[in-house]
Amino acid sequence: MFVLGALAWAATPAAAQKKPVSKARSAAKPAAAAIPAASLALGKTLYVQNCLSCHQADGGGVDRINAPLTKTTWVLGDKAPLVKVLLNGMQGVEIDGERYANVMPAFDYLTDQQLADVLTYVRNSFGNKASAVKATEVKAVRAANKK
Amino acid sequence: MKSATSRYLLLSTAVIGSLSLFALKNEDKIVADADNAGLKLPAGFGALKVADTGTRARHITVTPQGTIFVKLNRPTKEGQGILQLREGGTGKASVVAGFGNYGGTGIYSTKDYLYASSDEEVFRYKLNAKGEVTNPTQPEKVITGLLNRQQHESKSITLDQAGNIYVNVGAYANSCQVKDRQKGSMGRPNCPILDSAGGIWQFRADKLNQTYGDGTRYATGLRNVVGLDWNAQSNQLFVMQHGRDQLHDNFPELYDTKESAELPAECLYALNKGDNAGWPYTYFDPAKNKIMVSPEYGGDGKKVSTGSYLAPAMAYPAHTAPNALLFYTGTMFPEKYRNGAFIAFHGSWNRAPEPQKGYYVVFQPFKNGKPSGPYEVFADNFAGTPEKANAGRPDHKPCGLAQGTDGSLYVTDDKAGSIYRIVYAKK
Repeated sequence: MFVLGALAWAATPAAAQKKPVSKARSAAKPAAAAIPAASLALGKTLYVQNCLSCHQADGGGVDRINAPLTKTTWVLGDKAPLVKVLLNGMQGVEIDGERYANVMPAFDYLTDQQLADVLTYVRNSFGNKASAVKATEVKAVRAANKK
Repeated sequence: MKSATSRYLLLSTAVIGSLSLFALKNEDKIVADADNAGLKLPAGFGALKVADTGTRARHITVTPQGTIFVKLNRPTKEGQGILQLREGGTGKASVVAGFGNYGGTGIYSTKDYLYASSDEEVFRYKLNAKGEVTNPTQPEKVITGLLNRQQHESKSITLDQAGNIYVNVGAYANSCQVKDRQKGSMGRPNCPILDSAGGIWQFRADKLNQTYGDGTRYATGLRNVVGLDWNAQSNQLFVMQHGRDQLHDNFPELYDTKESAELPAECLYALNKGDNAGWPYTYFDPAKNKIMVSPEYGGDGKKVSTGSYLAPAMAYPAHTAPNALLFYTGTMFPEKYRNGAFIAFHGSWNRAPEPQKGYYVVFQPFKNGKPSGPYEVFADNFAGTPEKANAGRPDHKPCGLAQGTDGSLYVTDDKAGSIYRIVYAKK
């Protein structure tokens, strides 16, 4: 709850431009310990290769073209819908009151572990703080997704 | 309208400098902001912020009476998709009316009509002798049923001098892949998108309820055109294409991130009826100065196209997103600007991880209706700082251009909603 409070603070207009990162991080220190460093490092590499060109280095996306990965329940909320976005791609979905023009392609060719790593990285970067995603969780969503 | 005397004074400023500036002060009350509204401009030019609308201001038009109309990307809370502004004595304007409960991009005015587009339709409103709209809630529908599949959805418009209106219908894809923007996905044979998008359509400006069947596909093979204008000197339509994205993302074995950032050029095309600019089969490589085969259609970064596609009239840095094109016919600016083109570059996103680029207005000199010589960055620093530009996090994004009745240049911004006016020798 403390984490959510810090994020809500970061989402206020005055704070949107400056320094939400450090504040959110310090507020969420206990949770950070649970994030495997190896997963974060591998996730970062995968992010740079597969995600950065659209979602940008700061995860902020592109106005009305590519969705932001910050301050959104799409990223910080339930893991299953988030995993499905990567498995199936996405287009035309309204995200927090905005529509984004570009297609997000499917990344179903990445392994369960790779998807888990990149999502763990995204959920713990750019001012985000959320629990890690495990390969077993991705596997379960992928199995259900096929039906 | 400028008199011959003031024109003489303007020309003389280059020679006499500040003396003539002083002389002009008594004649005109338009005052540039002390900081030129944050813009970097060539010597002798100044800029003011006409208004801060806080809206997603797309294209803009100014009537002969000086009424300003701005098309918004989405309507305000009050349901206003078009804003009407009126300027006070110093050039600062206020919104005096709003109407048209639809988002969109295109707006264009003649003496008698205001044309505006949603992402599917084109409407027109009757203008009275004061340049005011007389039927804000009951526009006539000129064109209907244009394709909108979200990607490249803007319907930009311009008119020629023979009663025709030209509309861009952008391709709803990056490069007509089987799976759009999917790594390694190849191009769909005989790209089916082109039958109803990826080109410019011509309609009659005075006929109502026209749809595809009533119009002509004037030019094809254009991925997405947001900026277009009719050149009265060459009596020809010119368009700025948004070039394809993601060469590295989709074909990493053929293009590295640096090549992907610099390819392809954003191209200016001089169109004739029936032209094909080559999308999605080709793209333009500015370093090689060649039309290349797209990787989705068998290209490898080296294969030059042998098809008969229209060559660009001029090429600009990749991915900088040209959102407006305006031929300058005014007399306020120095002689070299007359009949040349201003191009508003909205700014890039897919040059990452290389620094982003754009967020400026370029001037392209023309001679006898053709681009002549290198372009120059005319109005820069819409981003606020070079760091914000590099990071792709600009304060403002130039999107629309219009010429004022006195020959000043208006620029809209769809990030913060600022309306700029650039004047010459008015400081």
